[in-house]
Amino acid sequence: MTQVVYDSTYEGWLTAVFEIYEYKFTDVVFAKEDASNSLLFSNLHMVATDIEKAKRVFDGLKKRLSASGLEMVYHAFLSEINKMDEILFQFVKYVFASSGNVEGDLSNNEVLAVRKAAHLTHRESHRMKAFIRFQLTKDQLYYAIIEPDCDVLPLIKDHFKKRYADQRWLIYDAKHKYGVYYDLENVETVQLQFDSKSNSSQILAEIADEQEGFFQDLWRRYFSSVNIESRKNMKLHIQHMPKRYWKNLVEKIPNIKN
Amino acid sequence: MVHERVMEKLAILADAAKYDVSCSSSNSNRQNKDKGLGNASAHGICHAYTEDGRCVSLLKILLTNHCIFDCAYCVSRKSNDVKRAAFTVQEVVDLTIGFYRRNYIEGLFLSSGIFDNPDYTMERLVRIAKKLRLEENFNGYIHLKAIPGASDELLQQAGMYADRLSVNVEMPTEQSLKLLAPDKNHKDVIKPMVYLKNGISEYKEEKKRNYKTPLFAPAGQSTQMVIGATKENDLEILGMANYFYEQMNMRRVYYSGYVPISYDERLPAIGTPVPMIRENRLYQADWLVRFYGFNVNEIVGFDHPNLDLDIDPKLGWALRNLHQFPVDINLAELELIQRIPGIGFLSAKKIVEARKFKKLQPYDLKKLGIAYSRAKYFLAFASPFSLQKDLTSVQIKNHILNFQKSKYQNNFSNQLALF
Repeated sequence: MTQVVYDSTYEGWLTAVFEIYEYKFTDVVFAKEDASNSLLFSNLHMVATDIEKAKRVFDGLKKRLSASGLEMVYHAFLSEINKMDEILFQFVKYVFASSGNVEGDLSNNEVLAVRKAAHLTHRESHRMKAFIRFQLTKDQLYYAIIEPDCDVLPLIKDHFKKRYADQRWLIYDAKHKYGVYYDLENVETVQLQFDSKSNSSQILAEIADEQEGFFQDLWRRYFSSVNIESRKNMKLHIQHMPKRYWKNLVEKIPNIKN
Repeated sequence: MVHERVMEKLAILADAAKYDVSCSSSNSNRQNKDKGLGNASAHGICHAYTEDGRCVSLLKILLTNHCIFDCAYCVSRKSNDVKRAAFTVQEVVDLTIGFYRRNYIEGLFLSSGIFDNPDYTMERLVRIAKKLRLEENFNGYIHLKAIPGASDELLQQAGMYADRLSVNVEMPTEQSLKLLAPDKNHKDVIKPMVYLKNGISEYKEEKKRNYKTPLFAPAGQSTQMVIGATKENDLEILGMANYFYEQMNMRRVYYSGYVPISYDERLPAIGTPVPMIRENRLYQADWLVRFYGFNVNEIVGFDHPNLDLDIDPKLGWALRNLHQFPVDINLAELELIQRIPGIGFLSAKKIVEARKFKKLQPYDLKKLGIAYSRAKYFLAFASPFSLQKDLTSVQIKNHILNFQKSKYQNNFSNQLALF
């Protein structure tokens, strides 16, 4: 049993796949560098991310999969489902061992698991396009905090860049601890010192634009006004807007002042 | 903006607009222009869902709920004793932009009570859309109501600035419209639809020759019918919808279960439950026609003018057509697989994909997430050939109903008593 340790990036994982073939490891488990469980295994293989090697694997997949199949692999990786790196490796082995394109072989367990994981990421990235709520600061920055299960920022930043081309914005993923910032020209990845204190209502009130509270109240009022009480269906409501997202949704946070 | 007053107006004019069920923001291809604000999303985005589970995609408001008409089913009717309000043009623009920049909405859905006359009302709606497009460089989604009786010039302008336009037919038949909306006239409703249909198809033709052709309602037109306020059966309702899809090239027909809001004796009394199951069945039937290749006549007919409430229309069709089953999912065409109860069109596609690799067995179907407990009565597998023993349609229906727990079961017996 060999434990293959990579840096938790997609390129790192692709490099790991390359080296598993290169060194002919037969029995492998994956581990991310930040995880502290390495002592359990006698054979440890550290992967240094290598763009050349990553590209060889990527190109190999590209030859054997459709464009959407290739995208599916990346999306499944971003799902961050437990052991997805290993399931993806099993999938890749199946792809390389077959002469034709196998991405439609849904009765195969790995193919189905990868497709489901990709679907999960895709759905959450769509949800984040919907559930991001920008707040305006005094210096005219629109910022939002999100906490998605999947690492969706790489998949949604272009959407926001195209749509909000004329305003500076920042989306911070508090779960994955990084953000993306648009400065009216480019979108860049940013790291922030962001602890629970800086999210306190007092600090937020200090940095907020003077109209911000008013617009939040308007939105809350709108949200409650469009509801039709005689059709109430909370089960459906929660199915569409799962509770884990509520703490970053203006309309689901009661205004303490009122 | 004067805060309290705007807040009050928003409450009144959003409340009055919510009975219009359309909230779609899809099907427009409008791009962000000159680094301005916004674009349309081809598939639409629901930014929130109300507690009744409906999508909130657009800021849906009335410009005003003052109205010279007295349509019995409408909460804003002249004779109704409700608070009245009216937004200014600038207030609507500021609200739309403020909400949009915070990613609350995809855009604006603007409707209005008829004040003074149709042209005067329509001119205001158009003015707001124009201001958003030209002064704010706003490229988000705009849905405008086309006011029956408005001039062609104003409809033309509306099409230039809006992504979608809609005229609500409101009542499924002309007689019902006469009964409940004496000020409205069926011809006035159909006329703008025809004008828009022609405008939209001209734009599409023109666009094939020149891709720079200015947009004209790129997300097409839609309409809405109120269900359960009058006596029409589902055959009449779906027949009317079919007319709109085929003759008016409508993108969508919406069915709005009547929410009792009036003591008018022509209408169901206040407290009558909203016919939500029936509305749901109509949408299912609508989907079957638009996406599953069904003909309306297969779903409702003179011998069965109403959809079953206890089972969905696809199962209803299958039970009436048992001679078409069982279907071998390893051989049948996609179109036929889609017709099997319990298999939606995405599942059907997955089956066709997966069967290229091996002969699918019941076990595989369950793994793909198919509602096998209902599909099994209609399936045959090539090998080993295991066919359900011959059951009558009544037996199958009972098996399925006993097995599943309907999400409507709680309010079901209660509502059934009404029909």
